[in-house]
Amino acid sequence: MALITYRDALNQALREELRRDPTVFLMGEEVGVYQGAYKVSKGLLQEFGPQRIVDTPITEEGFAGVGVGAAMAGLRPIIEMMTWNFSLVAIDQIVNGAAKMLYMSGGQFKIPMVFRGPGGAAHQLAAQHSQSLEAWYASVPGLKVVAPSTPYDAKGLLKSAIRDDDPVIFMEGETLYGSKGEVPDEEYTIPLGVTDVKRRGTDVTVVAWSKMVTVALKAAETLAAEGISCEVIDPRTLRPLDDGPILESVRKTNRCVILEEGWPYAGVSAQIAYQVQQGAFGDLDAPIARVTGLDVPMPYAKNLEHMVMPSPARLIAAVREVLYLD
Amino acid sequence: MTTLAIPEHVSRQLAATPKAQLVDMLYQMLLGRRYEEKCAEMYALQKIGGFCHLYIGQEAVAIGALSTLRPDDLIITAYREHVHALVKGCDPGRVMAELFGRRDGVSRGKGGSMHLFDKEKGMLGGHGIVGGHIPLATGTAFAAKYQQKEYVTLCFFGEAAVNIGTFHESLNMAALWKLPVVYIVENNRFGMGTAIERSSAIYDVAQRACAYDMASETVDGMDVLAVRDVIGRAVDLARRESQPTLIEARCYRFMGHSMSDPVHGHYRTKEEVEGHKQQDPIKQYFEHLKAAGLATQALLEELDQKARAVTEQAVQFAEASPEPSADELYQDVYAEPYGPFTRSEQ
Repeated sequence: MALITYRDALNQALREELRRDPTVFLMGEEVGVYQGAYKVSKGLLQEFGPQRIVDTPITEEGFAGVGVGAAMAGLRPIIEMMTWNFSLVAIDQIVNGAAKMLYMSGGQFKIPMVFRGPGGAAHQLAAQHSQSLEAWYASVPGLKVVAPSTPYDAKGLLKSAIRDDDPVIFMEGETLYGSKGEVPDEEYTIPLGVTDVKRRGTDVTVVAWSKMVTVALKAAETLAAEGISCEVIDPRTLRPLDDGPILESVRKTNRCVILEEGWPYAGVSAQIAYQVQQGAFGDLDAPIARVTGLDVPMPYAKNLEHMVMPSPARLIAAVREVLYLD
Repeated sequence: MTTLAIPEHVSRQLAATPKAQLVDMLYQMLLGRRYEEKCAEMYALQKIGGFCHLYIGQEAVAIGALSTLRPDDLIITAYREHVHALVKGCDPGRVMAELFGRRDGVSRGKGGSMHLFDKEKGMLGGHGIVGGHIPLATGTAFAAKYQQKEYVTLCFFGEAAVNIGTFHESLNMAALWKLPVVYIVENNRFGMGTAIERSSAIYDVAQRACAYDMASETVDGMDVLAVRDVIGRAVDLARRESQPTLIEARCYRFMGHSMSDPVHGHYRTKEEVEGHKQQDPIKQYFEHLKAAGLATQALLEELDQKARAVTEQAVQFAEASPEPSADELYQDVYAEPYGPFTRSEQ
């Protein structure tokens, strides 16, 4: 095992898959000469050359579509969005192109490709650069959506995403790139659509993904000191959602809080809450609670931004609420 | 009686093209015409649903362009694509079955009129969002270069699509990266009901290639041999030098934008449409062949009968094909088996 950053774990996944399969290529803004806007593609141009590590103009819709076309012609493109915010100008290619091609061609054209890049808020980047768009993509049949929280998950899931025969939306946490974790020295993959338990507990089930897992684990630590035991569950893949372990946990704890960085309205947490009440209604001792980003565009001012972001304090309050402690 | 001078491209193409192919092109044009007329009939009978955009009047573009291709070349088109699919080799019965929404359709009844796909024949759709497919063609051309394969991609779209971002993004990348693709603007003068003069700041669409330092040509899209001549050069350039070209083929649709639209009305007059019908591409081509001694009225009638018979057989095939079964509903959403989204939805 080695202690490496989330960024390096992603870099290893890309490198290993590029070595493994000559049809895999990486395309996007600044992925080559610049070594990646967030250095995820560092060193790849030097190893694989400009044919496979392709710098593009700033033309997200164009190169997203180039990826879909290349996939139709038998390649396995990895399309980097410098951030997911910029994917909104490419969403026609992702939703009308990548997601639907297999279906509307009657099964003839698989689209084995990955759209990847950082999502979520960082620090004071304001409204257009601080969005968590997983709910947008997770609502589309034909897409798979992955949002890993640790270096171990990031590497294993990205490798699986690249090998997957469907288009995968791979959302990295912008503020997770520098976070460290143990990653095995030997090769491994993690299948898409398998939920993971990040912390065992007995009193309340907390569902979180991507960097919200960090918030959940912090809150769980604080609550443990008060004698409250949280089970932190990370679905890792938001579509397809492996809700079995979530339901199993709720059947044990009888309480559920779902944490989501994105907006509350029609969020992924709303979908999970629906599935939990549908599958474990009789086991619930309290209404399901959600802690989400607030329902506003992200403000720039530091104090306001802190108010918008889900925090351990807000999660703790929600946990206490479902335990009827306040 | 006056004798018109034969244009140079006509004599060149008539001399260079095998007679069988010249005759086959006439047949393809007739098939396209009869097939689309039948589609209009089937639409009126509600055998075909949804949006249905007919190609009548524009046949010279698809037939001329596709006559220059090898079987391994690819085409990607917008939604007025029934004839492109037939000419690329899709089975007429399976295309009609698709229009009918039947299981034996080329897209298994999941695509319909706007989404005809046939991987084996190099028909990559059939796309419904104006301009949305242009980057896909750029992508298949990227893949050809990446894999060091010699196939060329032809990308067809209307003149209205040149005002959307994907057109410019694609031409920029194709020129920057020297990709083997030919972008063919079928300029039928109207984006639905908006004339090009009311939508484009410049009239000469081909000039837009200048912005990307890309080769371009304008061609009479009602003249199948002119189209063949010009696209042939562009395909050569793509195959031999991996260079893209923008072709503007000036044509005219004799029908409304879709089956829901009138042939003429607020945006164009009946006289205008009738005037263009005098330039019917099939008649023009037949006259060229006849003048060169390559076709007779009897041959024309024979080919027309064959086109009508093939169309009729296509309808019979489609009629006989079953509707897709309910268990196909969730098929091909993903590459692996997939069912209703959650357990609780079942």
